[in-house]
Amino acid sequence: MLMLEPRTAPPAALQAAVPVLAVVLTMIAGGILFAALGKNPVEAIRIIFVDPLLDPFSRSELLVKAAPLTLIAVGLSFGFRAGVWNIGAEGQFIIGALSGGAVGLAFWDVPGLWLLPLMAVAGMLGGFLWAMIPAILKIRFGANEILVSLMLVYVAELWLSALVSGPLRNPAGFNFPESRMFHDSATLPILLGGTRAHIGVLIALGVAVAAYVTLHRHVFGYRVRLMGAAPRAARFAGVSTNAMVAACLGISGALAGLAGMFEAAGPVGQLVPSLPVGYGFTAIIVAFLGRLDPLGIVLASLVMALTYIGGETAQFTLQIPAAAISVFQGMLLFFLLATEVLSRFRLRRVRRAA
Amino acid sequence: MSALLSIRGLTKSYPGVLANSDIHFEVAPGEIHALLGENGAGKSTLVKTIYGLVTPDKGEMYVDGTQYEPRGPQAARAAGVSMVFQHFSLFEALSVAENVALGMTDPPGRTELGQRIRDVANAYGLPLDPDRLVGDLSVGERQRVEIVRCLLQSPRILIMDEPTSVLTPQEVDTLFQTLRQLASEGVAILYISHKLEEIRSLCDRATILRSGRVVAECRPAEKTARQLAEMMIGLELTRPLPRLFSPGTPLLRLRDLTLPAETPFGTTLKNVSMELRTGEVLGIAGVAGNGQEELMRVLSGETRVDADKLVLESRQIGAMGPTERRQYGLLSAPEERLGHAAAGDMSLIENAFLTGNRRQRLSYRGFIKPATTTNFARAVIRRFDVRTPSAETKARALSGGNLQKFVIGREIMQRPRVLVVNQPTWGVDAHAAATIRTALRDLAAEGTGVLVISQDLDELMEISDTFSVLEGGRLSAPQRTGSLTIDEIGLMMGGSMKDQTGKDAPRADA
Repeated sequence: MLMLEPRTAPPAALQAAVPVLAVVLTMIAGGILFAALGKNPVEAIRIIFVDPLLDPFSRSELLVKAAPLTLIAVGLSFGFRAGVWNIGAEGQFIIGALSGGAVGLAFWDVPGLWLLPLMAVAGMLGGFLWAMIPAILKIRFGANEILVSLMLVYVAELWLSALVSGPLRNPAGFNFPESRMFHDSATLPILLGGTRAHIGVLIALGVAVAAYVTLHRHVFGYRVRLMGAAPRAARFAGVSTNAMVAACLGISGALAGLAGMFEAAGPVGQLVPSLPVGYGFTAIIVAFLGRLDPLGIVLASLVMALTYIGGETAQFTLQIPAAAISVFQGMLLFFLLATEVLSRFRLRRVRRAA
Repeated sequence: MSALLSIRGLTKSYPGVLANSDIHFEVAPGEIHALLGENGAGKSTLVKTIYGLVTPDKGEMYVDGTQYEPRGPQAARAAGVSMVFQHFSLFEALSVAENVALGMTDPPGRTELGQRIRDVANAYGLPLDPDRLVGDLSVGERQRVEIVRCLLQSPRILIMDEPTSVLTPQEVDTLFQTLRQLASEGVAILYISHKLEEIRSLCDRATILRSGRVVAECRPAEKTARQLAEMMIGLELTRPLPRLFSPGTPLLRLRDLTLPAETPFGTTLKNVSMELRTGEVLGIAGVAGNGQEELMRVLSGETRVDADKLVLESRQIGAMGPTERRQYGLLSAPEERLGHAAAGDMSLIENAFLTGNRRQRLSYRGFIKPATTTNFARAVIRRFDVRTPSAETKARALSGGNLQKFVIGREIMQRPRVLVVNQPTWGVDAHAAATIRTALRDLAAEGTGVLVISQDLDELMEISDTFSVLEGGRLSAPQRTGSLTIDEIGLMMGGSMKDQTGKDAPRADA
């Protein structure tokens, strides 16, 4: 029989190596998976992890994908540290895109520098309010926030479909379920000519830095860490559990909403039912891969973006099925959690007494 | 005399600390051997090594002349070494028998186990019903479960870590009879305690540790408690001076509070009233589980009550949370150091911030002031002689007594109007306990009202001016310290107080 035994002093080097180890193990297991599909594993891993770094356009795409992941994961990391599990960032992302996008459409063809900030505020407010539903249900009735926030993702998806098929539909769009393309004042400025890298990349980086400072220097960050480290000590210190639940869900909701609005007003340029591509769920992996630290999350979201872009390339050059790429990302979380456990516990073989 | 357990040259170092250095001692069959030392002297490391929880860097151990190298507690138990820990590891929602079975590698069937528990319990005068829920047992009875669990393995060496800190005087007597009986049957007992009088009456020999080394060996019965304490700390003890107490103006008043238990294993507080005056040290005696936790939470603000139930200097504070109460000067230090009074995974600096934020102005516009916070933590460490490599060290890495000094010191340094402490010296060595008690008295001398909840009667007799007994969620009327003998108080703690002190008995000092 195998037994897990807590290590008395977890080696610091091992703790630090956990994310790297997880990525390496994912490469190995992914290679085996691709080999089983009859593809050259070395080539597949190279296409996913190396090729995107060599091509300038792929590099800019990396930023386009990493930005929403960073925004959402940074928001989630506060709650995950404090033991508040928002699994529905995908839903908050959609509502953020909807409310931000709706503002853009309401002022369609109206020029003005004020429009984008207004859309951003609307997006954040939308995500915030959507996240308040699980928060209030948890505070008032003790409802599990994991289930409520997750189920609200599907509700949000249906709202998106309903609105782009109805009130927000493009009047000149032949009844296709999609909105008008946003006009220039409602579209995010591009950072580098010829790419899709938009201003949201810089904002995501700024948010990560601000979150880092908040987590380590501000009283709010202290309370988050205290609640995660010792919930009873937090209550003794006077931290209100309810206020923390609301704050953690609210922050992650607002940031997911902002990411959604950026996605709509950036790379996509309109509201369509296919807008959500799973950033809200992938961000959960990113948050843990970054060890719940804002700066680690920036790195982790770049790695995760790499698997997205490399995965797409692998899909059309090697005909690897899209599902294999999702399996690949899932493996990353699996190996991350496994190495995390093994860094804190020792595996020991014990013989059961007869 | 051939030794049953002999320790030769045992050495263990941790980063920055030499926990044990070249330890030698022997324990004969049938001997009750005391291990004495301050916090951080290396007692815990030593017994953990013997119990197989710690692997030594150097040195050998022998049981019955054969070399003994336990690779874990299971191996230790197989070699006949058992240990009763200071903190129990029992599941409240399970029965006694189920708890015992969980600790066995190969438990027998239900009926057989029940019978064996009864047999062992009766043979050693430890009455115990295998079918009762542990949650319903008193602390003394829970300890019996732990002891019976050990005895079922027929140990030859039994390690007891601070077994009496949670017992009433009567329960201590029963425990000592059991231990003497075991010794007469040839079991060697390694006994750790800070209560020197106990060691003098119970133990045959004592090994005294200081800073990880053996500094003396003696027969405790031939020494006075004071001599033992001085050997332990290597210098002369200062006791707090008895002080004439003149009651001041009322500071904190709790009015007729009734509070239903929150959990099935909690205690309901019934019509609890009390009054604390300036300069008063009020002791609340009682065996754990009689409402201490609940009362503590009401006072700290973790449990909120109606505003007018709790009044601090004419301000109704019952409905306020801990932060606001701290602002008005009501500070507290709960019993459980790790996880409640302090967060184990955070540094001492961060733990200083935990309660010190408002009163010490450790933040500005929501941002933590790192230098000021570090200074505050260092000041606590210096004044209360907290032994730690640095202020950045995690709370978890400190020994229990040192963390306790830090937790109490953190509150005292904030100059409270009222300080509430629960078990201020539990598991703390004589020297540290004296430091804490003196600090509490000094605080009272400056006009602070101090409320001490404790199970240690000697402690309450030493530091409190007045005291009440908490039993079954009821608080007795206050008595002037010294008006009752320890035995009489022990009986009150055991639940026979109703005829002695009525609710409207006059204050003894009035």
